[in-house]
Amino acid sequence: MTTLLNALLVIVLVLNFLALGSGRIASVIRTVAIQGALLGLLPLLLHAHLQPPVVLAVLLTVAIKGLLIPFMMFRAMRHIRIRREVEPLIGLQPSVILGALGTGIALLFADGLPLAGTHARLLIVPAALATMLTGFLLLITRYKALTQVMGYLVLENGIYCFGVLLVDALPLVVEMGVLLDLFAGIFVICIIVNRISQAFASLDTRRLAALKE
Amino acid sequence: MIDRIVHLVILLLLPPLLPGVIAKTKAWFAGRQGPPVLQPYYDLARLWRRGMVFSTTSTWVFRAGPVVTLAALLLAGLLVPFGGADAPVGFAGDLILFAYLFGLGRFFTTAAALDTGSAFEGMGASREVTFACLSEPALFLALMVLARLSGSLTLGTMLQATAGGVPADTVAPLVLIAIGLFIVLLAEACRIPVDDPATHLELTMIHEAMVLDHSGPLFGAILYGAAVKLLLLGALLYHVLVPARAGRGLDWLFFLAGMLGLSVAIGIVESIMARLQMRHVPRLLVGALLCCGFGFILLVR
Amino acid sequence: MAYLFLCLPLLMAALAAAVPSNRWRPWLLPAAGAGHFTLTCLTLARPAWWTTAAWLALDPPGRLVLLVVSTLYLACAVYAVAYLRKRAERPNRVFCVCLLAFPGLAGLAAWSQHLGLLWVAIEGTTLVTAPLIYFNHTQRSIEATWKYLLVGSVGIALALLGTFFLAYAAVHAGLPVSLAQADLAALAPRLSRPWLLSAFVLLLVGYGTKMGLAPMHSWKPDAYGEAPGVVGAILAGGVTSCAFLALLRVYRVCLAAGEGAYVSRLLLAMGLFSMAVAAIFMIGQRDFKRMLAYSSVEHMGILALGLGIGAPALAGTLLHVMTNGLTKGVLFLAAGNIHRAFGSKSTEQVAGALRRVPLSAGLFLLGFFAITGSPPFGPFASILSILNGAIGAGRLAVAGGFLLLLLLVFVGMGATVLKVVQGRDPGPAPAPPYREPLLSVAPVALLMLCVLLLGLAMPPPVAALIRDAAEFLEVRT
Repeated sequence: MTTLLNALLVIVLVLNFLALGSGRIASVIRTVAIQGALLGLLPLLLHAHLQPPVVLAVLLTVAIKGLLIPFMMFRAMRHIRIRREVEPLIGLQPSVILGALGTGIALLFADGLPLAGTHARLLIVPAALATMLTGFLLLITRYKALTQVMGYLVLENGIYCFGVLLVDALPLVVEMGVLLDLFAGIFVICIIVNRISQAFASLDTRRLAALKE
Repeated sequence: MIDRIVHLVILLLLPPLLPGVIAKTKAWFAGRQGPPVLQPYYDLARLWRRGMVFSTTSTWVFRAGPVVTLAALLLAGLLVPFGGADAPVGFAGDLILFAYLFGLGRFFTTAAALDTGSAFEGMGASREVTFACLSEPALFLALMVLARLSGSLTLGTMLQATAGGVPADTVAPLVLIAIGLFIVLLAEACRIPVDDPATHLELTMIHEAMVLDHSGPLFGAILYGAAVKLLLLGALLYHVLVPARAGRGLDWLFFLAGMLGLSVAIGIVESIMARLQMRHVPRLLVGALLCCGFGFILLVR
Repeated sequence: MAYLFLCLPLLMAALAAAVPSNRWRPWLLPAAGAGHFTLTCLTLARPAWWTTAAWLALDPPGRLVLLVVSTLYLACAVYAVAYLRKRAERPNRVFCVCLLAFPGLAGLAAWSQHLGLLWVAIEGTTLVTAPLIYFNHTQRSIEATWKYLLVGSVGIALALLGTFFLAYAAVHAGLPVSLAQADLAALAPRLSRPWLLSAFVLLLVGYGTKMGLAPMHSWKPDAYGEAPGVVGAILAGGVTSCAFLALLRVYRVCLAAGEGAYVSRLLLAMGLFSMAVAAIFMIGQRDFKRMLAYSSVEHMGILALGLGIGAPALAGTLLHVMTNGLTKGVLFLAAGNIHRAFGSKSTEQVAGALRRVPLSAGLFLLGFFAITGSPPFGPFASILSILNGAIGAGRLAVAGGFLLLLLLVFVGMGATVLKVVQGRDPGPAPAPPYREPLLSVAPVALLMLCVLLLGLAMPPPVAALIRDAAEFLEVRT
């Protein structure tokens, strides 16, 4: 099981690089969706016995992260009719390299956070931290509002990746609460993105610079 | 003894089958019948019977290029094990010889291209060498991961490193270098998304641009050499991905199946992706480099 | 009992969504506010009602925050009727629904004894208040809402990771895992240290973003500046108090684990930094609503500082939650009135407010004196108590910095406030002369009275509440 888990986590890491290096918003949305779905499947591999609450949580997570949220994002994209990201603040190639640096830092930090016995050889903590750093990078360096939301989703993916370790500890109620909040948050954000595009006729957040000291 | 003979037979006879399978897969994806799978063999036979045309500005380098490349690649093929048996030739540090034989081949191909004095070949040559600067480190890092895993510097032993099963903390590096090696394979074999083997527009090609002026048996040698390169890198990838070893005969069969499966996979990748813009190819190769680099870091952590 | 607190606001929100009339919908707000306030007072008077289920119980800090939020909400709800009547041209369905849902989520935050549930509640308050900021539908308010949502969501996400780390601290130590506050406090000394300390840092950053501590405060000036006055009051008094409650509960766990020194360093650094940032940016501030946002940053810094000093200043800090919340209500509501009277929120267009809107401007001025710590108002008592605690704990440098920054804030804020209220009315006085609706002034005056009461003669029940909360937090081992 650990082998398969580590293999999946490594694919999650590679998906981070893909998300950082893609210039097209559609491919970023797809990458993040695949990442979310993969992470949603992780609890199934972590537990030898499948209890109904865990299975339910997995199904819901995969449905929301892998299907529902990308669907909402694609709908928002269709309304706004944008295709590519404008050249971001630090360029796509430097982004990938920074993401690599971030992954390296995550590997370093993860050594300071020791894992408990059964989880000892897993790569969950480095994967989670690396995904979070990728999310931050996307949030900070991209101009288009939708890509910033993608960064937020990648950040949430990273946090969920860590939460997988606690699937037996955190009861279903809170897990559902987390997912519901994510869903509701993205819903509200999509509405706001729509309003932004209506008001500014563009999703370039450099236009949202009127409020200054 | 038998192993060596089977190895040589596979090395000499299998390569042209792989581009045929790729073409067939692409045709099937496009809803066409496509050329027969053995078409490359027919092409090679046809080219062998043709005469050759040499430009008056070219020198012996132009004639030597394809020959040296093919010889180097076949020699490299002796270093790589196919299936479960050992490679015919092996010594400590032969992984460097392997990489440098590839480099030798590349050098002579580009030299032959430059020798024609044509601008198009020159363009193709410069691109080829630029992308090689990025893909060779990736290849080296992948080989270093394997060296560290197996504790040996002989290519044969390294590639059998996963034969005894895969411990948990080596999975991550192996997956990463598998991804890196696949991208390097696509780059070296000049497949989409790096280069389109089907077009012959000089402005967008890399490999096809370099060999534009060759004809007859020398062109056949180039086609054959490209297929051998595909086989060798594919063998590398196969050994990284396939962790277990069955009995002897079965291993050869699994290897053949693996190579055909790889060709189908390349065909699928070519069918669903478009070629990247030339300036984005370095990004892809840097991605491969990072994957292999991280595989190495994860291993030595 | 807890379920009543949660379901009633949601029911009212659903009702508001169903009511078709734009004119009559706002009246649901004072009804809900009054209901919530009565429920709160009744509950606080009956200890038997304080525990409903395993995860839903009112601990002393929760009671304190519930009281603050409820009082503030009542005032804002009454004020909102007048506000929405003035803005009758805008459809107010979304506004009413969100404003009605807010006390439900704030109540959930106060009642929840499970850190995960607490997180859900705080995230809920973010989501529910975002559309409120956007009420004016201008480009600037969209920008403000966008920054609020994004920065707030990222902060909350970090808080979630911190919560996970806290749970894992128990897993790593081989202890039974639970995110219930009581369990965590009991197990705290045996929790795995690296996980616990990392968890605190993340939770401080995460909930600090919601509170508006520097350097995570960048959304505050924009959000508070562009939101209507009512919304600003709810944000500054309600949402920040809930976020601080979350921080208090985490602080208690860390204190029980014996990491008081580490925690105290972080809190002091952040507190002083927030006050410094606020002081710097308040100087020369022309927009008086942004000025109020920086004042909120400053007071969040004071709260963090008080918490960092520890036991001697705890009572003062808890009192400050109350006084700050109510005074911010006064300031924002009065500022909203002034904004509407002049049609602008910049000191270039607004001056001489005492002439045009004497009641609101007078309350604004009083609020300014209160918030900067002048006697006889409530914040004076709380700030003095915190200062006392600082000096008593031997932290003279901190106390000195505290006083200096308070002075700087007084000067900076005073310049803007006096420019607004005094002077000559710049533009042509609107004819007919602007009349302040009763409903937009009365609640503000009543809040001001509460602040005065807290400063002059604290009612014994409130004093007892604060004492209980301080004892609860100190975790007498």
